[in-house]
Amino acid sequence: MKELVIVSGKGGTGKTSISAALAFLAPQKVLVDCDVDAANFHLISGAAIRETHAFTAGFEPHVDEETCTHCGKCTDLCRFEAITDGVITTPLNCEGCGVCAFNCPAHAISMKEKQAGHWFVSDTRFGRLIHAELGLSVENSGKLVSKVRQEAKKIATAHRLPLIITDGPPGIGCPAIAALSGASLALAVVEPSASSMHDVKRLVDLVSHFGLPLSVCINKSTLHPENTQELIAWCDHNAIPVAGQLPYSDAFRNAIQSGKTVLEMPENAEVKDSLKKLWHNLATLLEVPATESKFGYLQRRLNPFR
Amino acid sequence: MLISIASGKGGTGKTALSLLLAAAHSNISLVDCDVEEPNCHLFLQPAWQDPGREITVTIPHIDSALCNGCGACSTVCLFNAIAISGKTALLFDELCHSCGGCLLVCRQQAIIEESKTIGTLATGTSTTHPGIHLVSGTLKVGTPSAVALIKRMKQETAKLTGDVLLDCPPGTSCSMVTAVQDSDFCILVTEPTPFGRHDLELAMNITCLLQIPTGVVINKSDAASSGDESIETLCESRQIPILAKIPHSLSFAKQYAAGCIPDEFQAIAANIWHKLKSERSAGT
Repeated sequence: MKELVIVSGKGGTGKTSISAALAFLAPQKVLVDCDVDAANFHLISGAAIRETHAFTAGFEPHVDEETCTHCGKCTDLCRFEAITDGVITTPLNCEGCGVCAFNCPAHAISMKEKQAGHWFVSDTRFGRLIHAELGLSVENSGKLVSKVRQEAKKIATAHRLPLIITDGPPGIGCPAIAALSGASLALAVVEPSASSMHDVKRLVDLVSHFGLPLSVCINKSTLHPENTQELIAWCDHNAIPVAGQLPYSDAFRNAIQSGKTVLEMPENAEVKDSLKKLWHNLATLLEVPATESKFGYLQRRLNPFR
Repeated sequence: MLISIASGKGGTGKTALSLLLAAAHSNISLVDCDVEEPNCHLFLQPAWQDPGREITVTIPHIDSALCNGCGACSTVCLFNAIAISGKTALLFDELCHSCGGCLLVCRQQAIIEESKTIGTLATGTSTTHPGIHLVSGTLKVGTPSAVALIKRMKQETAKLTGDVLLDCPPGTSCSMVTAVQDSDFCILVTEPTPFGRHDLELAMNITCLLQIPTGVVINKSDAASSGDESIETLCESRQIPILAKIPHSLSFAKQYAAGCIPDEFQAIAANIWHKLKSERSAGT
C-alpha cells in the first residue's frame, strides 16, 4: 500500500483543492484529512459522517478544593505559569505534565485524561474519508494526525485499496512531522511567490530528514513566470521532480464555493489537463495504476460491500 | 496597543495584512510569530541588529554513571520522553516538554538540566519601509513544538513600546493561542469561501474563550459571490465587527508574489487603523 502526502510549507497554496482533484482522479483509495487544526476536505467532498470517535490524549489536573491546603508548592513547581495558589488560573497554559500532582504534599491534585477532539469516518463522492477535529487550543495535534493515518491504513488494508491520499497540515511543526513519517511520497504544493519559495526550502529539509521521496507541484504558476522558472531550476538543481504545473485560475475558488472539485466544474480545460498530467506523473512515481483496470472495476461492481 | 493578526486557516492573508497595516503606520514594531514559516522579513529586507540569538529550552541530561535504572523518572514523565533500557534511563528529547518533573524524583541525582536550541530570534529595522521594526523568530527544522519559542518572543514583545503588530501562526492550536494571548485586540483574516468561514468560526471560539476584543477582515472579497454574505451573517450572529473588506486583486497577488508590499490598499489599511483607535478609546 502506498501513501501520498500533500504538504506545503505555507498555508493557502492549494493543498486541499489539489488533494480533492487527485481524489477525483485516482481509482481505489482511502482519503485522509490530516489538517486536524482546520479540516476542510469534508467541505469539498460532500462527506456524510458514518462513525464518530472521541479522541483522548494527554492529561489535565483536577484540584480537590477540600484537601488543598494552599501551601503553594504547585505554584512554585509549575514551569508554565498555569497555577496560582493551588488554583489552575490559566488552564490554557497547562501542558499536562503532572508535576503539580506528583509533588502535592496533600495529594489534592489528580491527573485525568483529557478529551482532545474527535475523529470521523465518512463516506464521500470519492470514497472513504478519515478526518478529525482537534479541540480548541489543544496540543497533541501530532497524535491525532497519527491516529487518523493509522485508521486509514486499517481501512485500506481491509478493503485491499492500494493507495492512501493524505491532505497534510501546513507548516513544518509537529502535525507535519506526524503526517510525513513513514509515507511513500510527499507532494509539496508551492506557489511562485517569495514566501512560498522560502517555505518550501524549509520543508525540503524536513522531508529529507525522513528520507522520503519528494516531488513538487507548482500552483498558480502564471502568477509570476520568472519565479516559476527559478523554482523549476531550483528543483532541477536539487533533483526534485516537478510533477505538475497548474496555471493561476479562479476556477479553484469557484469550485470551492460550489463544494466541488475543479474537475467537476464545466470548462477550464487547461486546469483540468494540467491536473490530469500531475496525477499521471504521481501515479508513475508511486507505482500505482493511474486508472481503474477492467478487473478492478468488475471486482468493485461484484462486491458492493467494499 | 498589542494587535494580533490571526486566522483559523493558512493563506488567507495574515502576513499581507500585517505588512499593509505596518506600512500604513509611521512607527511600529512587527513581530513575526509564525515561526514555522516566518515571511515578513522577505518583504521588509531588514538590516538585522543582532545576528539571530539562539533560543534554548532546558532538557534533562541523564548521567548514566549515576543512574541505577530505578525508573522513577520514566514513571512520572507523562509525555513518555524517558524510557528505561537495561540499567539506565534513555531520553527522547523531542518528546520532552521541559517540565522538570524527572529532576524532582531522581534519588540518585543523576539528572541535570542542559539547554537545547529550538530556534533563533532576530530583530532589525526594515530597509524597504524604514519606520518598521521587525522581531522575527525562526523555529529550527525538526523541532515539534513552537510554543516555547513563541513564549520567548512574547516576553521580548512585552518590552516594546508603542503599537505592536503580531503576525500569528495559522490554525487554532496551542501555538496560535500562545501568540494571541494577552493581545489588546485580535484581527481575524478570512476569505469568503466555505473553507474560510469554517476556520473563521473556530478562530472566533478561541478569541471568545480568551476574551479578546475581535474584528474581522475579509480578504480577497468578491461582492459578486455569496461568500461575503455568509461571512457577514456569521459575524452578525457573533456580534463581531467587520473592519474592512479587501477586494480580490490579481495585480496585488502578482506584486506580493514578487516580494513587494503593494500600496494598492493603503487607504483600507489606514481606515482599519482608524477603526482600531476608536475601538480602543471606546473600550477604555
